[in-house]
Amino acid sequence: MTETKKLPKAPAQHRWYFWVGWALVLLLIGWSFTGMPSFALKENAVVVAKSMWHGLTHPDWAYVWTGDGEDLTNALLQTFGIAFLGTFISAIISLPFAFWAAHTPNRFWLTSRSGKFILTAIRTFPEIVMALMFIKAVGPGSFAGVLAVGFHSVGMLAKLFSEAIENMDSGAGESVTAAGGNRLEVTLLASLPQLLPEFVSNTLYRFELAIRSASILGMVGAGGVGTPLIFAIQTRSWSRVGIILIGIIIMVTAVDWLSGTLRKRLV
Amino acid sequence: MSFPKRAFPWQKWVMTAVMVLGLIWSAFITDAHIGKFFENFGEFTKIFIDMCHPDWAYTPYVFGPMVETIKMAVIGTLIGSLLAFPYALLVARNIVTNKVVVGLFRFILNIVRTVPDLMLAALFVAVVGIGPVAGVITLAIFTFGMVGKLFYEAVETIDPGPLEAVRAAGAGKLEIIRFAVFPQIANYFVSYVLYAFEINVRASTVLGYLGAGGIGVYLQQALSMFRYDRVGLMVLVIFIVVLAIDYVSGKTREALL
Repeated sequence: MTETKKLPKAPAQHRWYFWVGWALVLLLIGWSFTGMPSFALKENAVVVAKSMWHGLTHPDWAYVWTGDGEDLTNALLQTFGIAFLGTFISAIISLPFAFWAAHTPNRFWLTSRSGKFILTAIRTFPEIVMALMFIKAVGPGSFAGVLAVGFHSVGMLAKLFSEAIENMDSGAGESVTAAGGNRLEVTLLASLPQLLPEFVSNTLYRFELAIRSASILGMVGAGGVGTPLIFAIQTRSWSRVGIILIGIIIMVTAVDWLSGTLRKRLV
Repeated sequence: MSFPKRAFPWQKWVMTAVMVLGLIWSAFITDAHIGKFFENFGEFTKIFIDMCHPDWAYTPYVFGPMVETIKMAVIGTLIGSLLAFPYALLVARNIVTNKVVVGLFRFILNIVRTVPDLMLAALFVAVVGIGPVAGVITLAIFTFGMVGKLFYEAVETIDPGPLEAVRAAGAGKLEIIRFAVFPQIANYFVSYVLYAFEINVRASTVLGYLGAGGIGVYLQQALSMFRYDRVGLMVLVIFIVVLAIDYVSGKTREALL
């Protein structure tokens, strides 16, 4: 019995491309610093930073609930609503896209490739630009935010969905076919039970991200907590910025925790 | 023969009810009118058609800001990762055994991670003024939060064997990190930094909208002047650059892991 003894692979440092790679990275970094304005603080930067710090550490608690519908609680609920409805819409739109982009056997390669390309295009399209386009169409307000979140999320959600379809175990479907099931029965009895938990889990994950986008879309006028935030920043009322920041942090953390717990039970 | 009775799936029904109620409530609170959308759909398609006819003459003006955007992303990623590296060691349970320290610093990291990037940009534009410096600081903090978490998770999954061996040989904390921790995670670190860079390039394209430098500044100008043909051109340029960087970075990460 012959056993060829292999030497362990030489460490990366002994290969030429290791050093070429690092040299390129260093060149890139050096190049990036050229033409950057020097980090010269404006004269009033320290004053601004001080008053900002004072405001952020002394939040305006009175703003949490004023009862007239123009308070933080209301804005946060609106943000939550934008993310919820937006994610729901995007989950529905994502389904056909996912089946289009999923690369499964016995399919023409161009079909899934073109679907994937469109999803990449949607993902790269800046969400703010999309929000502004929808503001043009339906006017400023939360509904524009819902549409922006709804359409922009498709790029990522459909990609996750299609990956779930690609990773699906084909055995269950084959056994339904072998037992005489038709296509509808294969979908209902084999595909759906496998895909549904994955889809719900992906949607919950996307919802976590949607909460974050919904809280900044208001900065361009698409409703939610971003609108009072940008007003507060522009008028430099830092104590108000502080309380809004705390509100957003609490909401994002709570949603992350809730969604994480639900996802753990699903998969 | 009888089948075992299935328990009433009350959990499912509760979830469905919560979902439906949530849907109605969110449609109510956001003033959603699907009719309004279709009513003004013409306006939307008009913008879209404008965007599909890019203003090619504007291309030379887009080039500079796009390069600035990439530079911002590079510096932001660099600073953020350099800060995240020691921080990740501080919050990894197998390096620092003090639970209070780990808990406190993890809490801070989690808070940093929840703040959306555009909000940071708005804050830093107010402090350091309009320009790419605000964008770089924003991206650095954003990277710090994102990469810090990935880093410490990587550190926590390393093989404890080398750690024990180096410790048994009498090494101090720094030597343990240099000879037992670092060789195990170096490749992961580089891969995560590249991943952060990809995300930062995307993020940096819109930071300028609030005055934090890069192509976003021009995007904001074109949008406020309703020059959708220019917007279309910039979106196209962003798309090409992002695709190219994703491709290179993806290939490098594949080679690393």
